[in-house]
Amino acid sequence: MSILNIRNLTVRFATSTGSFTAVDGIDVRVDKGEVLAIVGESGSGKSVSMLAAMGLLPDTATVTADEMTFDGQNLLAMSPRDRRRIIGREITMIFQEPIASLNPSFTAGYQIEEVLRYNAGMSKRDARARALELFKQVGIPEPEEKLKSYPHQMSGGQCQRVMIAMAIATGPRLLIADEPTTALDVTIQKQILDLLMKLQEQTGMALILITHDMGVVAETADRVQVQYKGKKMEEADVLSLFEAPKHPYTRALLSALPENATGDRLPTVSSFMVEPEVKV
Amino acid sequence: MTVVVEGRAITRDYLVPGSLTRKAKTVHAVKGISFAVERGKTLAIVGESGSGKSTLARIIALIDPASGGELRIEGQPVDIASQRLTREMRSKVQMVFQNPYGSLNPRQKIGDVLMEPLLLNTDTPAAERRRRAEEMLVKVGLPVEVFNRYPHMFSGGQRQRIAIARALMLKPTLLVLDEPVSALDLSVQAQVLNLLADLQAEFNLAYVFISHDLSVVRYIADDVLVMNKGEAVEQGTREAVFAAPSHPYTRELFAATPITDVEAIRARVARRQALRAATI
Ligand SMILES: Nc1ncnc2c1ncn2[C@@H]1O[C@H](COP(=O)(O)OP(=O)(O)OP(=O)(O)O)[C@@H](O)[C@H]1O
Ligand SMILES: Nc1ncnc2c1ncn2[C@@H]1O[C@H](COP(=O)(O)OP(=O)(O)OP(=O)(O)O)[C@@H](O)[C@H]1O
Ligand SMILES: [Mg+2]
Ligand SMILES: [Mg+2]
Repeated sequence: MSILNIRNLTVRFATSTGSFTAVDGIDVRVDKGEVLAIVGESGSGKSVSMLAAMGLLPDTATVTADEMTFDGQNLLAMSPRDRRRIIGREITMIFQEPIASLNPSFTAGYQIEEVLRYNAGMSKRDARARALELFKQVGIPEPEEKLKSYPHQMSGGQCQRVMIAMAIATGPRLLIADEPTTALDVTIQKQILDLLMKLQEQTGMALILITHDMGVVAETADRVQVQYKGKKMEEADVLSLFEAPKHPYTRALLSALPENATGDRLPTVSSFMVEPEVKV
Repeated sequence: MTVVVEGRAITRDYLVPGSLTRKAKTVHAVKGISFAVERGKTLAIVGESGSGKSTLARIIALIDPASGGELRIEGQPVDIASQRLTREMRSKVQMVFQNPYGSLNPRQKIGDVLMEPLLLNTDTPAAERRRRAEEMLVKVGLPVEVFNRYPHMFSGGQRQRIAIARALMLKPTLLVLDEPVSALDLSVQAQVLNLLADLQAEFNLAYVFISHDLSVVRYIADDVLVMNKGEAVEQGTREAVFAAPSHPYTRELFAATPITDVEAIRARVARRQALRAATI
């Protein structure tokens, strides 16, 4: 049973130099209780396709799709009001640039309590208690103290964990995590991934994980989708992908791991792909 | 061998102002760290989230003052709290911030972002400024057509490359990079790391490189400094630290690094299938 089903998604941006296609006919399907990893090179449309599903792209974007449904409901035809009932509650997203996504003028505690009160309908008191619990869950040190801190008073990794706490606060049925652990060292990354996987297994939520870290893919995903220049290159269950990657780009991704450096040069994808450069 | 930057017992305290609900307090973010980086060498700083890496980085990059200790650039004591930086000193030391989006002005076109350091710190003529900015864009793997685009029109990894390009415009002697490749997919990461290596060889650049990715550190570092709770718990050459990590935190870092081993994936997939069968 798919919870999110997107078919033939195209996103075009109007720019000063004409129209630019960021996503070019991509399908994304994730089932209930499934972990889908999306990997792919920088600029290949991973974030834009998910922002399109959330309805969060700027006006310069034109979004078309043959289908875009959440639990059978048509997201494209939905009134903005109905869509708001789903986005931020049933579908939540951990944004790629956590520090930039937090409001610098409010404390972290205030921001997460707002989410709990407006999106989960909690009373002020319950929200406060739940916020503290969530901060502990994501492993923020001195959680009471940090609830009262402003974003600039926290480290990059601490801000990222505040964003993660906000995204899981409402008990979503689909969580889209865009590079959720890039600012975290591996020990905390492990703690966060364990937490997300535990939540996933307990609540049956679906998880879309955008990452460039093949180690993270290996340790979390059920299925993997590989994107390159706005197109889907390969889709496979996680085991097949690592055992026998089909597409040259996927093979390149796996061999670009720094531990595979030859001499003092690192292999790049272009040393594997013989394809004309497409304009950014 | 010339030492480009040297720190002696650097400390940094943050005063967190009190409010109605809490007392003022002091956070000791950096507690007496000493290090030296020679011309053409790379010092990598690794450590847990919140351990004080960015705080130390901003001190080395002459952005924030230290609370105590001494910082020397090419042998000269520098204290930004008590002296104004010369234009020359300002161009010598550059920094790439952990949060590329927050460090880019949303209303400034990318071309202007890159040309601005030349405009403010040098007497380079306009045509030459433009030529050098375009050249740098290409070096970090972006096409010159993006010259007139604004920061929000880029993907996370593209913005990170713009921040790196900006820092390189003045051909600094010392470049401080705070998690410069964490948002990049492996291929672009390889491209940027190769570029940094080339520039280091060409201009004898010294790097202070903050990263939580040990495979990157192993590739790029000459020396490694491991931070934990504001202290340097381990310090030495790359070979020494990787061959025999002596501090428990360093060992924990090694142990938590995700693995892409096919057998481990197979075991995990089997466990998840069993779990799913049990809940249906
Ligand atoms: N508002 C915009 N206007 C024009 N182009 C845009 C806009 N937003 C994104 N793009 C372009 O769309 C393409 C896809 O961007 P997207 O953010 O989805 O990449 P990504 O796969 O998430 O990359 P990364 O791994 O670097 O985050 C990029 O080439 C980017 O420059
Ligand atoms: N302006 C500030 N006021 C008060 N405390 C601060 C301030 N800036 C940072 N801190 C605290 O100082 C400590 C060190 O922060 P820093 O940003 O240097 O960590 P970091 O090692 O870079 O972490 P990360 O890997 O998460 O980016 C953290 O506990 C943080 O909460
Ligand atoms: Mg992205
Ligand atoms: Mg930091």
